Parts: sequence; structure tokens; C-alpha cells
Amino acid sequence: MKLEYDLVIIGGGPAGLAVALEAKRNAVKDILLLERDKYLGGILPQCIHNGFGLQYFKEELTGPEYAERFISKLKECQIDIKTETMVIKITPDKRIVAINRDDGLLHIQAKAVVLAMGCRERTREAIAIPGNRPAGIFTAGTAQRYINIEGYIPGREVVVLGSGDIGMIMARRMTLEGARVKAVLEIMPFSTGLIRNKVQCLDDFNIPLKFNHTITRIKGEKRVERVTVAQVDKNLQLIPETEEEISCDTILLSVGLIPENELTREVGIKLDPVTRGPIVNENRETEIEGIFACGNVLHVHDLADFVTEEGEIVGRAVGEYLKRNRKFRSQSIKIVPGDDIAYVVPQHIDFIIPGRKKIKIFMRVKKPAERVRINLLDDEGRILGSYKKRIVTPGEMVSVYLPEVLLDDKLKNITISIKRD
Amino acid sequence: MKAEVVIIGGGVIGASIARELSRYSLNIILIEKEDDVAMGTSKGNSGIIHAGYNDDFKTLKGELNIKSNPKFDKLCADLKIPFKRIGSLVIGFSEENFRKLKELKENGEKNGIKNLEIIRGHKLFELEPNLNPQAKYALYAPSAGIISPYKFTIALADNAVINGVKVLLETKAKDIRIKERQVCGVVTNRGLIETRTIINAAGLHADEIAKSAGDNFKINPLKGEYQLFDKQWGNLVNHILFPIPTKLSKGILVAPTVHNNLLIGPNSCRVKEKDDLSTTKAGTQEVYEGARKLIPHLPHQDLINYFAGLRADIEGRNDFIIEASKKIRGFINVAGIESPGLSSAPAIAEMVSGILKEVVKEISPQLELNYKDDFVEALPEQPKFADYLDKTGEWQEIVEKDADYGEIICRCEKVSKGEMIRAIHQPVPARSLDAIKRRIRAGMGRCQGGFCSPKVLKILSEELKISPLKITKKGKGSEILKTKTKEMIKEETGVKFKDEVRV
Repeated sequence: MKLEYDLVIIGGGPAGLAVALEAKRNAVKDILLLERDKYLGGILPQCIHNGFGLQYFKEELTGPEYAERFISKLKECQIDIKTETMVIKITPDKRIVAINRDDGLLHIQAKAVVLAMGCRERTREAIAIPGNRPAGIFTAGTAQRYINIEGYIPGREVVVLGSGDIGMIMARRMTLEGARVKAVLEIMPFSTGLIRNKVQCLDDFNIPLKFNHTITRIKGEKRVERVTVAQVDKNLQLIPETEEEISCDTILLSVGLIPENELTREVGIKLDPVTRGPIVNENRETEIEGIFACGNVLHVHDLADFVTEEGEIVGRAVGEYLKRNRKFRSQSIKIVPGDDIAYVVPQHIDFIIPGRKKIKIFMRVKKPAERVRINLLDDEGRILGSYKKRIVTPGEMVSVYLPEVLLDDKLKNITISIKRD
Repeated sequence: MKAEVVIIGGGVIGASIARELSRYSLNIILIEKEDDVAMGTSKGNSGIIHAGYNDDFKTLKGELNIKSNPKFDKLCADLKIPFKRIGSLVIGFSEENFRKLKELKENGEKNGIKNLEIIRGHKLFELEPNLNPQAKYALYAPSAGIISPYKFTIALADNAVINGVKVLLETKAKDIRIKERQVCGVVTNRGLIETRTIINAAGLHADEIAKSAGDNFKINPLKGEYQLFDKQWGNLVNHILFPIPTKLSKGILVAPTVHNNLLIGPNSCRVKEKDDLSTTKAGTQEVYEGARKLIPHLPHQDLINYFAGLRADIEGRNDFIIEASKKIRGFINVAGIESPGLSSAPAIAEMVSGILKEVVKEISPQLELNYKDDFVEALPEQPKFADYLDKTGEWQEIVEKDADYGEIICRCEKVSKGEMIRAIHQPVPARSLDAIKRRIRAGMGRCQGGFCSPKVLKILSEELKISPLKITKKGKGSEILKTKTKEMIKEETGVKFKDEVRV
């Protein structure tokens, strides 16, 4: 088989699919898409609920439908696709080693590489819940795969820990399959998922959501038998007298997602300690020229639609990169998260692009707030721009546009911070 | 069922004895109550092969540790399991600690360890750059090593099976049959096994088994909690780091594992129940703070697992019990095998073999213990993809012979389907998710099986030809799945559900 490509995309989820199509539109010729699972779409095929596409297609689709829109288009293009193929190594000079049943080991040379490996779920082990280690503890996404792909229900009486989106969606899904979801516990005083999921998945099904609560102990030797739950105070410390037991045979965890950057780290690319994804410029290009990253491997997104948008940024950027007609700024401008901002993406701006009017900056806030202003400040603390937001919450990504006219050559840093209006 | 020897317990001791005795033409059955071997203390410990300076040579602990230590290189090479002689450092912070280190060194030298050395000053930090800067001294023992205790146990049992031992899993000893002060059988949940010799290697439960044969000692479980960090942190330390030992334990250590994870623990906590493997918040904190005294910067964000193990501590005795029963003929106790039990296992097995010969001479003089000609010392090579990442050409040949070796099921630990199928059909077979994990590490990595467990479950179900609903995490009662979805039942039967909800 062919072993040299202009572009190799690692991961065939929503990010990789968008990159492939957009790169093709931008005249990138030889493209190879590598996917480790049997099918394309990443996590979308198991997300049989609706809510996809409202932003991108302006209509409501299920996960599989959303994926299919891209997959069917992809099949019309001349793009090489290899599924059930696992990438095991990337080198800084863009050689890729992958493996599958039919070819065995593949050694591929690429001119550009896009990292689109997605993310994994935080586990019970990572958050060290005390107690036994029986069967019946699942991350919400694993339970979702068992139900929607494999066709089996992993439990009958369920406690969900964490109010992440998949957790809330799975609380509804398990209920529809006849299980009893006894509670969704959230250690923070606010939901970490989308507001619409709280309404549609929990409130509509009378599933109680307990804020400031967590699991303090898991009991059951072979299978989960019950959990001890307790309230926490403002500093997330347990309030012992609030402890109570809930009997259940299953615990679903929705306690955060972690970008899967093992390949990235091994190739030597620096990661942002907050996003746990690579540090990138406005093209989503990592510190190694020609290696790009997008989607949940870069930072965890709320909506597949936003992932698609980011994939398209990369698709265009790869086109520019391969044409070799890019113009760098005399110095890179750092975008720095300021007061109450957890992180920003991109982390720096490197290019002069004729005709560009604004750059979209994505961020997550540290805590919920109402009636705020998001301010862009220069090195002297002068406000370059200011945007009103009615509500911000850590569960929903915030974006602002940075006008190109503000970017002068002397600017070193732009700090983004939140202020009460 | 009949056997010449029944070994009760499939831990590292039972498996070591089974392998050692399989050198002889004997009909041996090993029974294990769980669904796999290495399910008790053998899976929840530090995985250290100690140098042997801690205990007095006059004790069994001291003697057998020293005797065993040099055997591990060949043994592990034969069994095709990783063993790394990385050396250990006991770290001292004060003059008082220094005196203790000297004591340990003298004791070690009395025991015959030649290469012990006390290290001080900057050399300490050349060996361990991440060590607490307040550390002043260390006792360096180059002969200490690391091993995977459960892999070791499984390989020993596999090797024993290849040499004719029958391993019966999910078989629990309920009673010992005795006739005229002579053992005549063991009653199990699967029926009676007639035998004239029983070796009690039942770990934490050895006292209960001994009691049914009339021997009295009491085992008090002593719990230790551990934490394991992601593979990227195995290089944080180069040696096994111990604090100054106390009377009760060798303390909370920091060490890399053979798979290059970072391991910290154990604490030491008396518990009532022999199945209390629960972790506690206080224990977690104690272990973390304890380890930080040696290595101040631990990567808490990359914690991937934590667990507890139980030591089989015999009340009122600070040594192993390895002896033939004085009350009943044909009954041998191998009990109280706490630390350094793993390090002593090969010599324990040889010692038991000697005791058995004496016992047999007395009770079955007609039975001659002869070495078999066809004893197989080594296990066959079992290639793992994770070991071939830099030798991809060689792996290519393996994939060309069997495409299953080209399908990667566990992304974190890079395990192929071929390895999985091999584990399901090896001499002591993997029949649950955890058993797969212990053999080939699928599910052992940073996602803890989040991605691969549905795939592993499917492969287990296909290979064992049983329903996915019957696949367990760790034996009966720990089934993963409850029922089929409505959709699937409808597809299979055409049945419609009344309460069907449309969203």
C-alpha cells in the first residue's frame, strides 16, 4: 500500500472527519484517516440521543445521524481510510507507526499530521473513592457502549456520581431501559454539564440531582451493594453527620474527561497543564510545525458541533501549511487566562493572515456567574475589548472574538479575565 | 477424585510448592477457592524481592529469604516473567537512623550478604535525584529486585500444570477427613478428594484449615493500602526506597514496578475480617503522606489505581510456620507467610518438598519420590506486543502468522487480541476480566478498562462459548451485565413492550 501522504489524521471521530473534509476542500491531495475502532464517528455512534447539529446544521440530529452526514460525504471524496488501525508511535519528523490485522505494521511518512484522538473518562481509580472494588462500577461512557452498541444493560439500581453530560444522559437512558436511578450526586454547587441536559434528562424524569454531595464509600464484595453518600461544605470537606446509605447495584461515573495525549507526549509536544491538551496557536498547530491538534484531544468540548468547527479550522490551516505561504508575526502574542478563567484556546497567535478580521478565542470559566464582562487586557492592564455575558458556567464553553485591528506588533500578551458587570 | 498430594491454596506459596513437587512423579491436585490463582495476599503486595538484611538468619524468614534471592534471575527467565534487580535503598534522615542502618547492614552481613553499602551525601542524590533533600544516609542493597507477584504466581501455576499438576479453581476446602490420626481426604464444594497428604497453603485462611486438622494458631489480617501511578512516572525513582523499618513493617515504600508504573505503600492496619480489602480515606492519606517523606513531589494527578492487600500475621509469632503437623500424619502447614514471603517462596517450596519426603517415608513407604525425566523447567515464550514496540519487524512476522496479533484491544497497555485469546486458553486459564488483566494487562492502564472492557468481555464470551451475561469481573457473583436491552430482546423474539417510551 501507499506509505506517503500529505496529511495523516489520527482519529476518525467528529474532529478527524471535519479535518478530512475541510482539508480536501482546501486542495490537500493525499489524505489518510486512521481510526482504531471498527467504525468511523468516534463516540457519536453510541450517542443515540438527540441534541447534535443544532449549531452546525441548524437542525436537531442524533449522534449517529450527525456522524453519517460527514461519513457519507467522506466516502465521495478520495480519502484513504483505515479502520481498526491503532497508531502506536509518531516521530517529530512525522513518521507514523500503526498496526492492524490486514497490514500488520504500517510505517507511514506524512507531511502534516493531525492529532484527533479524543479523550477518555476519568475513572473511579483516578478520584480514589474509598471502599471495595466490586463489579458494577462503570464510567458513564462505558455503560453507554454496553447499552447502545452491545445491547446489554449493566445494572438495575443506579447511583450516578458527577453531573457531566454523559452522566445525565445515561441517567435518562438507564431509566428508559427500566432501571431505577436513585440519585445523581454532584460535589460542586452547580452542574458541570449543559443546562439543557439537566432539564431534559433529570428534571423531566424526576431524577434527584443532589449538589454538594459525593460518594464516601463503596460497599459490596463481588457486586456493588450500596454506597455511602455525604454532603460537603464550601471547601469540599465532608460533613460526617450528613452521611447516609443508598442501596444500589451500579455506580455510573461522570467525573470529567481527559484528553488522550499519550502519543502527543511521546513525540515531545508540550501540554497545557489545565486543558491537558497540547499548547497551540490559532491554527491549532502544536509546537512542532505541521503537527496539529483538534477536538477533545486539544480540550474537552461541550458539543460535537464545536469540535467540527475546530476540525475545519485545522483543515484550512493544513492547506495553508502545505502551500508554504504562511507569514509569521514578528513575535507571537500569548493569550493568558486571567481572573476566574480556567483556560483559553488557542494559547498564542503566530500568524499574519491578510483579510482576517477576527480570531475566535474559546475558554472555560472557573465558576458560575451572572451579568459579567469578559475583558481583554494588554500588558499594561488596558482594556482592549469587553464583552457582556448574561450567564457563564464551567459546564458551557465561552467564546469571544478578538478583533484583528487590536493586534499590533508591540503586543506580547493578551490577558482574558472576568469582571462583574 | 484421588490424589497423592493435595495443596490447598493457589497463592504464590501454593503455586511454588506445586511447581517444585511437579518435578516428581506424583499425582498432585491444587485447589483454589477463587476463580483464579493469586487472588489473596499474592495479588496485593509490594512485589519486592528483598535482599534479606531485615530478619535474623536464625529465623525461617531470614534463612529462606537469603536462600531464595539468588534464584530469581533464572526462575523468572524460565517462567518468562519480568524481574528487575534494581537494588534498594533504606533512607535515613538522622544520626539515630544512621545507627539503625548500620545495624541492618551488620545483620545483613551476618546473613551472608556481601555487597551492602552505606551511602551518604551527594552520591545519594546521584542515585535518586528526586529524593527528599533532607535525606542524609542510605543502606544500599544491590541484590533487591522487583517482580509482578501475581504474574509470578500464575506462571508458577502454569508451569506446574504443564508438568502434570491439576489446578481446580472455584474449589473450596470445607473440611479435612481424618482417620486414625492420618489424613485421608479433603471435602470440597465439588466433592471429596481422597488423599493421604495435604499441604495447607491457604494464606489468610490457613488457621481455619489447620483447625479442622486439629492444629491451633491464629491468623490476624494486617491490611496495607497501595497507590499506583501512570507509566510515565516509573522513572521518578531508580531503586526501591524504604523508610527506616519498624518492628511491625518495612514501612511505606516508593518503587517502580516491572511495568514502569510508580507504586507507593503499604501502611499497616489491623482489621477484623479476612476479606476486608476496602480502601479508606485515612489510609489513602497515610500512604500518600508517608511516601512523600521519601519523594516530596508525587504526581497525584496521574493516580491510576489504588488497592489493599492483607498480610497473614500469626498471633504471637514473628516467623513463618513450615512444618508437618505434630497431631495428624500427612498434614503439612505452610502458614503465616507474610513479608518476606514472596522473596522466600522458592526456598519455602524446597523446604516443603523436603518435609514431604519425610512424611511420605513415614506414611506411604511404598511411594517412591523420584525425579521425572520429562520435567519441563521453562514456559514457552509468549510474545507481547508492548515488548515489541521497537522491534516491529519481528512483530510483523507474528501478525502474518496470526492476524489476531495485529488487532489491538487495549490501547493503554497495547495488548492484542491474540494475546487475549492465548490468556483464555493458557494452562491456568483466564475466565474473568480481572484474570485477563493480571495475565496480559488489558484494563490495567490509565483508562482502567473504560475502553477495552466491552471488547474483552465479548472475546471472553466468544472463546468460552458462554453468554456475555455470564462473564464476571472476578468470579461468580461479580457478573458485569444484568440483562439484554429491550431493543435486543425485541430483535431476537419480536416481543413488544407495553411501557415503551418514545423520546
